[in-house]
Amino acid sequence: MAELIVISTLNGVLFGMLLFLLSSGLTVIFSMMGVLNFAHASFYMLGAFFGYQLTRWIGFWPALVLAPLLVGAVGMAVERYGLRNTHKHGHVAELLLTFGLAYAIEEIVSMVWGKSPMDYRIPAALDFPAFTVFSTNYPAYKIFMLVVSVTIFVALLIALKRTRVGLIVQAALTHPSMVGHLGHNVGRVFMLVFGVGSALAGLAGVIAGPSLVTQSDMAGLLGPILFVVIVFGGLGSLPGAFIASLLIGLIQTFAVALNGSLASLFGPLDPGLGPSPLTDIWNVTVAQIAPILPYLLLVLVLIFRPMGLLGTRES
Amino acid sequence: MSNAASPAPAVTKEEPGGALSFYGVWLIAAAALVVLPLIFSSGGSLTSFSLIGIAIIFALSYNILLGQTGLLSFGHAVQYGLGGFLAVHMMNAVASHNWPIPLPAIPLIGGIGGLAFALLVGWVMTKRAGTVFAMISLGIGELVASSSLILRSVFGGESGITTDRTALMPLFGWTFGPQLQVYYLIAFWVLISAIAMYALTRTPLGRICNAVRDNPERVEFIGYDPHVVRYLAYGFAGFFAGIAGGLTAINFEIANSAYLGATQSGFVLFAAFIGGTAYFFGPILGAILVTYLQLGLTNVTSVSLLYFGIIFIGIVMFAPGGIAGLLMKHRPLIRAGSLGMVIPSYLVAAIPTLAFALGAILTIETVARYSGGEGEGSTINLLGIPFVATAPATWAAAAFLLVGGYLVARLTWLRVAEAWDRAATVARDRGYLA
Amino acid sequence: MTAAIEVKAVDKSFGNVGIIRDLNLSVAKGERHAIIGPNGAGKSTTFNLISGHIKPTSGEIRLNGDVISGLRPFEINRRGLSRSFQVTNVFARMTVWENVRCGVLWATGHRYAFWKNVDNLPEVKQRTARILDDIHLSHRRDVPAGLLTYAEQRELEIGITIAGGASVIMLDEPTAGMSHAETDRAVALIRRLTEGRTLVIVEHDMSVVFGLADRISVLVYGNIIASGTPDEIRGNPKVKEAYLGEEID
Repeated sequence: MAELIVISTLNGVLFGMLLFLLSSGLTVIFSMMGVLNFAHASFYMLGAFFGYQLTRWIGFWPALVLAPLLVGAVGMAVERYGLRNTHKHGHVAELLLTFGLAYAIEEIVSMVWGKSPMDYRIPAALDFPAFTVFSTNYPAYKIFMLVVSVTIFVALLIALKRTRVGLIVQAALTHPSMVGHLGHNVGRVFMLVFGVGSALAGLAGVIAGPSLVTQSDMAGLLGPILFVVIVFGGLGSLPGAFIASLLIGLIQTFAVALNGSLASLFGPLDPGLGPSPLTDIWNVTVAQIAPILPYLLLVLVLIFRPMGLLGTRES
Repeated sequence: MSNAASPAPAVTKEEPGGALSFYGVWLIAAAALVVLPLIFSSGGSLTSFSLIGIAIIFALSYNILLGQTGLLSFGHAVQYGLGGFLAVHMMNAVASHNWPIPLPAIPLIGGIGGLAFALLVGWVMTKRAGTVFAMISLGIGELVASSSLILRSVFGGESGITTDRTALMPLFGWTFGPQLQVYYLIAFWVLISAIAMYALTRTPLGRICNAVRDNPERVEFIGYDPHVVRYLAYGFAGFFAGIAGGLTAINFEIANSAYLGATQSGFVLFAAFIGGTAYFFGPILGAILVTYLQLGLTNVTSVSLLYFGIIFIGIVMFAPGGIAGLLMKHRPLIRAGSLGMVIPSYLVAAIPTLAFALGAILTIETVARYSGGEGEGSTINLLGIPFVATAPATWAAAAFLLVGGYLVARLTWLRVAEAWDRAATVARDRGYLA
Repeated sequence: MTAAIEVKAVDKSFGNVGIIRDLNLSVAKGERHAIIGPNGAGKSTTFNLISGHIKPTSGEIRLNGDVISGLRPFEINRRGLSRSFQVTNVFARMTVWENVRCGVLWATGHRYAFWKNVDNLPEVKQRTARILDDIHLSHRRDVPAGLLTYAEQRELEIGITIAGGASVIMLDEPTAGMSHAETDRAVALIRRLTEGRTLVIVEHDMSVVFGLADRISVLVYGNIIASGTPDEIRGNPKVKEAYLGEEID
């Protein structure tokens, strides 16, 4: 039990930090531009696939730097040539543009790389157990992922506090309506923020790719969870996104690790009852309901705290 | 887009004989539905018409949310799918108990299923509009789709639940075994639902939905609770989506979890938006086009979904009013008689635009074949010309059409814009354009 | 006789900043009451508090004797109070006719009805037509509100506000941004349309205020420093000192 707790906590924090790498970019972009980037998870997927391809061509470490930059460039192009032209049609049009983009990116990825999982391997330098907790070897690569995401987290905090763009972003987070008054270079700031957000998502993809599965449906699987995270945390709240990322990371990881069901807890139902929704629920394991837990959380938070955990905004 | 005022169709009341042409439209629609299968009687076209009919109801129901009330839903298939499942269970129950319920009544059960679920989750969902509603609808969609795989006894797991539509009591000798009879059943419901949904736009609630779409804050100061308005709209949309789901269940004699999923929700969003949400008939056009493309493209290309995505992005960026919006933009010009001023520029622009589109298609197909399975035929048949995906000549042709088409098309579209300005000025002078 | 609007000891703060402090205001039935004061004095906040757009931190607001503080805007509206907005706030994609008709629907009892044809409600039709006539927009009835000129949109704003037949009308700077001629027309319009009703108006144009109002309240830093007839306000030294000075003479 203690083993399960330690390992699951580590994995949960890791998944949570990964979610935050994505949700932080999404939150900042939303706060500044009012656009919820539906394609954010697609940038994450692009990161993984670029990472895979570049690793095969030039090795993992150059890919770790280059792939996020490429994804960032794609993001900037999307902002410059897509969103900026759509802005005049309103936020719904912008959201729909990114929705269509998510769709197209998934199709392009499966067109180029196929629909089966990629053989994206952990670099040899990191392919060893970092330490052993109660008979379980904890892989060094996961520690590496954790270090990278925490480093980025700290770097973001510093950038937010110390740089000019960081101050603008901060101002936008607290006073969204004043972004319009930033002056002549507002377009550039938007493009930069969108690019950095996309690059962060790409980075998350590069490092998550070898550990999770690199496949053309990975954006579709992660995307909805990402939106749960930012609605749950409160749209536009960076601390909210952080808490929600960790919470959902931990809950999902623990749920997957638990094999119990109501049947294992209270004993099986009378077999004479036959199949019914009750027997379905009785026999389902916690691990099986792990995928729906984030959405259940979403419903709960909506009932009890419609603004989200730390949200202050109406829409 | 800015002159796309009311979501009403082309008939406005101050035109003389408005009522007559209003009923005329529906009579023509009914006649067309009756006559269609007599003209195109092959099995394939009957199947297509059936699917298009269902898509029309589904897309119109979606537009109650997006076009009428301004609610962007990413989970509209939930109500559709649940309607389908309820219809299947009902059909099985009716058949096994020999209840005297004929098949044509089953879609109503589907509608009630969609309505019931919409009313159940809608109150919490419609508390807020905008982005939050969009995200919540996505979350609820995922929740229901995932739950359906857990509740196997109700949803039948991966394989779904099957039924037999001919096991119900026949109606006037119709067993609904042949596709033609199913087509007429669907056509009947298409007509009823379309009339009902159109009528809904002409009620006090329908108009207040528009007001909530335009300005929810102001609505609060004229006595209305926007939350209630959104909730009611959500319920109606769920009801008609459930009818569409019930018809699908009848058509395929099965309901499975794919009905509830994100793909289906995306499909209806595409159909409604590509058709145009600002006019009642927009989603009808969209449903016809998207279903037709879906059926047609899957046979000729392996990446049909990519084309959908690209068409959708194109519409969002360049014609957010959809096809209906584009068509209606020309109405003042037609009335002012200045349409002739833009037609030549269209014809000129059409050539490079077509070249660009062909270049894009050739590029996509080349990439798809090149990186895809080598075993499959690597020859692309475009306009009767065979292109070999591995040949450099094909790549050169694709690049030439793509880049050249783009550059020339840009210039010609500038000309179109100029011609438009002149034509619009004429229309404005003659009082047909505000 | 109960006052139409009675504001008692209302405070409103955003965070630590008190915008409205111990606000007391009484508007008698049938009175035309103007609220004036320098920019940032809290005039719009006062409007938002009374109309339910925001909730007071403390204190009580009554409409015709009933407590309305804490109610939602539509609940207050149903009790007979209707307001306009300083920034034009119409239904942009709907026609002028439909804008006004939306304002009529609740008051005529049609509420959320989805079983009636909105074009076949004679009472709604007549009332909408009359209001369009009143605000001189009949000739623009089929134009989308978003395409009207600024002055026309302001008139439409007033039309929507009075459409429900509320007994208390609150207008937030109805003539802001209008030319002289337009202002004169708007004032005549307001005078005629609010005949027999209670009017509360926020206005910067002093000729409008003194021409229209029976009573005037002066709001400075979230507090009413004087309330009285136009003559009393003109002669009030506190008002002169705090805000108006030579503007009145």
